[in-house]
This record gives sequence, structure tokens and C-alpha cells, in this order.
Amino acid sequence: MIQLKVNGSARKFDGDPEMPLLWYLRDVLDYTGTKFGCGAGLCGACTVHVNGDATRSCVTTMKDAAGKAVTTIEGLGAKQEHPLQAAWKQCNVSQCGYCQSGQIMQAAALLKAKPKPSDADIDSAMQGNICRCGTYQRIRQAIKIAAEVKA
Amino acid sequence: MNRIERVSRRGFLGTAFGAGALVLGVQMNEAEGATPAWMPSVYLGIEPNGTAVIVAHRSEMGTGIRTVLPMVVADELEADWKKVRVEQALGDVKYGSQNTDGSCSIRDFYDAMREAGATARLMLEQSAAKKWNVPVEECKGQNHFVVHAKSGKKAGYGELVKVAATLPVPKKGEWKLKPESEFRYIGKEMPTMEQADHTRGAGMFGIDAKMPGMLYASIERPPVLGAKLKSFDDAAAKQVKGVVRTATIEGFKPPHNFQALGGVAVLADSTWAAAQGRKKLKVEWDLGPNGSFDSAKDKAEIMAKAMQPGKVVRNIGDVDKAFAGATKLHEASYYVPLLSHAPMEPPAAVAEWKDGKVVTYAATQNPQAVQESVAAAMGIKKEDVTCHVTLLGGGFGRKSKPDYVCEAAMLSKTVGKPVKVVFSREDDIKFDFYHANAGMYMKAATDEKGRPTAWLQRSVFPSIGSTFDTTAEYGQEFEMGMGWVDLPYAIANHRAENGPHKNHVRIGWMRAVAHIYHAFAIHSFVDELAAAAGRDRVEYILDLLGPDRKVPIEPVGMKYWNNQQGQDTYPVDTARLKRVVELVAEKSGWANKKPQKGRALGIAAHRSFLSYVAAVVEVVVDDRGRVTIPRVDIAIDAGRIINPERARSQMEGAAVFGTSLAMMGEITAADGKIVQSNFNNYPVARITEAPQMTNVYLVPSDGLPAGIGEPGVPPIAPAITSAIFAATGKRVRELPIRKTKLV
Repeated sequence: MIQLKVNGSARKFDGDPEMPLLWYLRDVLDYTGTKFGCGAGLCGACTVHVNGDATRSCVTTMKDAAGKAVTTIEGLGAKQEHPLQAAWKQCNVSQCGYCQSGQIMQAAALLKAKPKPSDADIDSAMQGNICRCGTYQRIRQAIKIAAEVKA
Repeated sequence: MNRIERVSRRGFLGTAFGAGALVLGVQMNEAEGATPAWMPSVYLGIEPNGTAVIVAHRSEMGTGIRTVLPMVVADELEADWKKVRVEQALGDVKYGSQNTDGSCSIRDFYDAMREAGATARLMLEQSAAKKWNVPVEECKGQNHFVVHAKSGKKAGYGELVKVAATLPVPKKGEWKLKPESEFRYIGKEMPTMEQADHTRGAGMFGIDAKMPGMLYASIERPPVLGAKLKSFDDAAAKQVKGVVRTATIEGFKPPHNFQALGGVAVLADSTWAAAQGRKKLKVEWDLGPNGSFDSAKDKAEIMAKAMQPGKVVRNIGDVDKAFAGATKLHEASYYVPLLSHAPMEPPAAVAEWKDGKVVTYAATQNPQAVQESVAAAMGIKKEDVTCHVTLLGGGFGRKSKPDYVCEAAMLSKTVGKPVKVVFSREDDIKFDFYHANAGMYMKAATDEKGRPTAWLQRSVFPSIGSTFDTTAEYGQEFEMGMGWVDLPYAIANHRAENGPHKNHVRIGWMRAVAHIYHAFAIHSFVDELAAAAGRDRVEYILDLLGPDRKVPIEPVGMKYWNNQQGQDTYPVDTARLKRVVELVAEKSGWANKKPQKGRALGIAAHRSFLSYVAAVVEVVVDDRGRVTIPRVDIAIDAGRIINPERARSQMEGAAVFGTSLAMMGEITAADGKIVQSNFNNYPVARITEAPQMTNVYLVPSDGLPAGIGEPGVPPIAPAITSAIFAATGKRVRELPIRKTKLV
């Protein structure tokens, strides 16, 4: 039996310990805000926080998530809207919107580690997250607004 | 002319409107004389509580159309945007075309949406006039109220609905469209409906849809187009925990159309279990004739054919005679590979077969194609297929082709439960309807100023027609109409040709379609001619476009497709193309940024989807030959633009999409099987590879609306290679650029 916390709630899982966290979140818990994009840690659409770190849930097994605290996009601004969520709206970042959960979770981890990121910091943190619609310049802009650094 | 009538809130829209709502339908472009059945395509309703419900019949895949069309209705209605609710329409022929591709939603529905809004506003004004016993001319709809200025009376739309709903629907001429000066939303920057949801992970995409009791399917499909299932062993697959059973899907009957490819499915209680079970399948295939398909050989064949005379599709003057007498000749060949759409959300749908009918929730650009394709697969009527359209996590043309919905429906019938099909990324890349690979041969004779006196162009590619007709080998009218038979330059002798080629994989349309390879060849060649003449490229393009005029396009053996619009309403207008060239040159600082070693600007200008776009791209090529793009400037004249904010975002996105296909995108096949599988070997631009900043300039216009979603794409690749040449002296004639060593 695997025990973990998801968005603050204690959960138990007795299925395949090799199942990626992504499918547990989506298929079992119905946290569908976390998206599937590649299944191989190549695109970042499935990014969640595991013990606060940005993590690709598509290549993180339930076994590896055992005992950890997982936060999904649904949990990020549950109590109070995250500044990134406000900045995303301000910049009208999203087009199709599919990758944006992962983008925001990745950016939230960046701001936690580096509250005032440089352009290079942003590029380095965000290069694992693909947006096929091509919203990158607004993502960069929104991160700067949320961090209150000069855009 | 459009016909507007009241429709029952019951019937197929039953749940969208509350009791007592005023509901209007618009029938598009009703033919004079022959009156077809009443099939309204736009619905607008006002609930007794005042909520204006606007039915979005087009799919939202990131362009903003679910917001932008309602903006038009709301403007004429004088609705308060806060009181507008958008309902997504089911697939239904009653709406007219719902196929969200071809960058045509605004163009096709702008008038109808305005008229629906204006009609409803007048009915509310009439209702108020009755209530207050005043002339209707004195009542004015204003931001969700009708106001009578003389008496100072004011009534909300909600309280006027009851009487309005009993009034005869005003005819054309009775209602008046608003003057532009009173536009409340049209032309204004408006955020899309989904922005907030997207920051919270809310909103239902196809991959998120669930039906009670559904099974998850993972499908082993034929690895080669047309391969037949010989045998399979599913014993080990069935041992996987969570796997419920396996099922075969019958292969398609040619032409493949949007049919399921066939294969063996593993059905399980989770996505993961289904995928694990699939790995344990042992499947043998008879690969068939496409099993020898090889991209290297295919490319060689295409390039060889491009050197042979093809079918003439446009002919002006006498190119051969001009070439024979010419002193200066230029030739070049270009190649663009197969490409995959790779939307971030792979194809996904859930479907249930029950009592001879199908209900599906699908990420689809074309719910009516879902109805038709699923009905054909199941042997039922299309009216018995109910298609709920979810949000789309990108589409780019892939999700116009509902093979994945057919799979879900067929499996549901076999297993007796709802079935969800989600392509893995590997499935998505290996089982796409690929953007055609194409070879283009170009030849020109030039005068002493380097201006072409004769211009020959020839393209060879597998046609999208092959998806619907196995014998189709030449470019279809629409493919030839995409930037090939409509060269706008002032050249006395011009011939366009197209050679035959057979498909060996499924070929389909991808954002900007045939414009991608045609624009790459034409604008690269323009750039080569300008360089050969030693002339400034902006000045050269303007010279080539010649005097301001509308160029009559008269192809040989076909009509000029022109996005199915007349040349009287949407002519090929050189003045508009010149204007975007001049605008982007000015804004990008072209004149003051002369090429330096390793850093330079490039330019291309192209008309597509009835819009005029010019792009200037700045590239930096470092001493190891790595290319970065600090800046892109794009000017677009798309006629009237409803939401400039979304027009800009589409151009920004097009710059990235164009960069992906220019720099890195390539699909190849070996032994008939697609080689690439995921974003590691089919890369698309990341934040570090995309243009760092794209500046967009919208030409102010009250002209007829034209396309926005696609026309930003075609000029990007040739503008990048133009810049690379200026920065390095290296001419890149083949995409992706990464295959050419730049230093």
C-alpha cells in the first residue's frame, strides 16, 4: 500500500507501484488539470510539485511518490491565487491552454528557488516545457510580472 | 442573403436555453428562389434572466474563435459581455460547416453573427416600445438595457424577453447594423473565455472526457500504411493486472479517408494498464506494397520528377521562348520533408455504442466529419452519432480527421462498454496524416537589373487527394491554389507546373498546408534573384510586385481556388502585399540594419487565406553554426480584425510554428515505417529555440475579413533562410535547416 499526500489530502494506492503518478492523478483521482504530452519526460505538460520540486509526473512512478506530498495545478492556487496565475491572465498567455498547467507549475518552482529570475534563469527552467501554440514570449513576460522584475 | 427566424428552444438544442428564452437562428446565404430546408447555423438566445447565450458551433483549439465569434453577436446585440454565456454546439449539419480549418470562421460568419445580433436587439427594442407605448425608433438597445431617452425609462433585456419572443422576426431592412463608431467589442482587445480556466487546470479537453464504466484502450496499429494483420498472441497481454480483454479493429478499405487504421487493442481499467498490456502483445503483419517505402529514395524520386516537365497549371506568355533568348538564367531546387502536426494533446476521444447509436466526446475540429466517419464505420445514420466537442489541446489540422473517434466507437461496440482512445505521443507521430513532402524546381531569366523576364516553377508532392482517392497523384485545385498558381509578380512570361507523385503514408493538411512548401520555394528563389542582382531585398520584392493592381488569376485546367471566394470580392491585390512589406520593413528597422557576419535580417511576403503577411526575421549564427532568432517582425493585412489581441497571439504562435518546421521538423520512413517517435527525435521549438520576441503590426482595415490562424506561417521559413544567407553566405534549399552545415 502506497501512501502519499495530494493537494493536502492523504491518499492510499494499492495498484501497480510502477504506474506513473500522472495516470494516478488523472485516471484515479480525476485531477485532469495535469496533462499527458509525451510519456517520456520530454515536454513538461505533466509537471507537478513533489515535495515542492517541479517533477514530470509521467516518468515518476507511484513507488517513487510514496510518502511524498504532491501538488497539482488544482492545488497550486487553491487557497489563494498564485501570482503566476494572475500574471498568466494579465498577459492572456494561453492559446489552446493544454500545456499551461505544466508551464505554471514549472514556473512556480522556479520562482520559489529564484524569486527574481534572470532571462537565462527563465530559459533554463522553462526549456523542458513545450508549447506547440508558441506562447513562449508571453510565458516569459508573465513570469517577470509575477516576479515583479522588469520585463 | 441570410435568413433569420425564431426557433424552438426545444428540439436538438433543448438544454441550451431556459423556458421563455428568445432564440434566433440564422440561415446562411439562402439561395434565391429555391428555398432549402430551414437549417439555421447560428444560434443566439436571451434568457428571461437576461443572460445572452451564444452557441459556438466552431471548435476552440487555441485561436480564440469561441470568444471572437460571440464578440460579433454581442456587439450588435448591445450585450453586456459579463452577461454572455457561450455554449458549445454538438455536431449537426444544421449549423452548416463546422469544420474549423482553413482560417475561415470569421470570414464566413461575420455577417451572419452581426445580423443575428441586430435582429435580436430590434426585437428587444420593439418589446420595450410596446411596454412603454412609444415609437420603437425612440428605443435604443444599450449595454443589455433598452433605453428611452425622452422619458428616461430603462428596461433590462431579461424583462423584455417575454414579449420579444412573441413578436414577428424583423426582416432584412427593418433592423440596422451599428455604425463602426459605436462598436463596443469588434476591433477591441478582449481576453478569451478560457484564460482563467487554463490557469487552474480547468476546462475539459478530449483527453479529460470520461463516461461511466468506460475502458481505456491502447491500440497496436499496422506499422505500414495498408499492412494487414496476419496473427497475434495476446496471452501475455491479458495477464497484465488491470487488462480486461483485447479486441481487433478491422483495417480500412481504400481509400483510407478518416477510417480507423485497424489493429489490435488492449482494453483495461486505466491508461497505464492498457499501455502495459499492449507492450506484451505479439503481432505479426503482412506489410504489403508500402513496406518498401523509404524517405531517402522518395526524396530522390521527387527531386528527379521536379526536373521533368509536369502538368501546366498556369501559363502566361512564352517561358520557353524567353529562356531560349536569355543571357542570364538562374535555377534552384528546394525540398521540404514530411511533417507531423504534434499537437500537445494527442488525438483523444471517448465513445459509447448503445442501441445502434453512438455518443462521443471528442477533441475534434470537425464534429460533422465525426458523425459521417463514425456512421460509415458502424453502418448507421450520421444523425445517430452525437458528437460533443471538447476543448482541443491544439489541432493544426490533425483533429479534422476523426480516425481516433472511429476507433473508440468500433471498440465500444465490440466490448459493450464506453471506450476511451488516447494516442500515445509515439502513436501520434507514427500514425499522423502527414504534411506532404515536396520538391520544387525554379528557373528564371533576368534582365540587366536582375528582374525576371521569365519564370518557371514546378512542384511535386503526394497530394492530400490521396486520402480520398487512391488514384490521386497530382495536386488538387485547392493545393495548387495555395500559393502556386497565384504568383502575384509582374513577370511577362510565367509558367507553373505540377508533377505527379504517389503517397505511401497518409497525407493531410497541416496549418497553412501547401503554402508551406510553395512559399518556401518561391520566396527563397526571390531572395536568390535579389542576391544575384546585388539589390536590397525589400526594394527588390516591391519592384517584383510591380504597379498597384489586382492580378487576375487564371489557372490552366482548374479554377483559382482562392479559399472558395470570388476574385471580385477577394482579389490578389499587389498594393496590399506591398503595404505589409513596407510596414514590416519600417518597423523592423530594415534600412538601418545592414547584414553583418553572423547576424542579419531576412524577409518574405506571402498572401494566404486571403490575408497579406510580411515577416522580417533576425537570425544570429554563431561560430559553430547554431542559429538563434532574437526577433521577428510580422505585418498582416487581414481585412477587418475582430480581436486584435488574438490576431497578435496567432502571429506570435505562427512565428514559433514556422520556426519549428524551418529549423528542426522532419518525418522520415524506412521500410515503410515512420522512424520518429517522440519530441526527442521529432523536435519542436522550445523557449530557447523559438523567436525571443515577435512584434506584430496589424494593418488597420474595414475590408472584408480574411484569415488569421494560418497566414502567419508561410513566410517564416523563407525569411529565416533569407536571413541565414545574409548572415553567412550559405543558401539553405532544404528543410529542416539543421541538416545544412552553416559553418
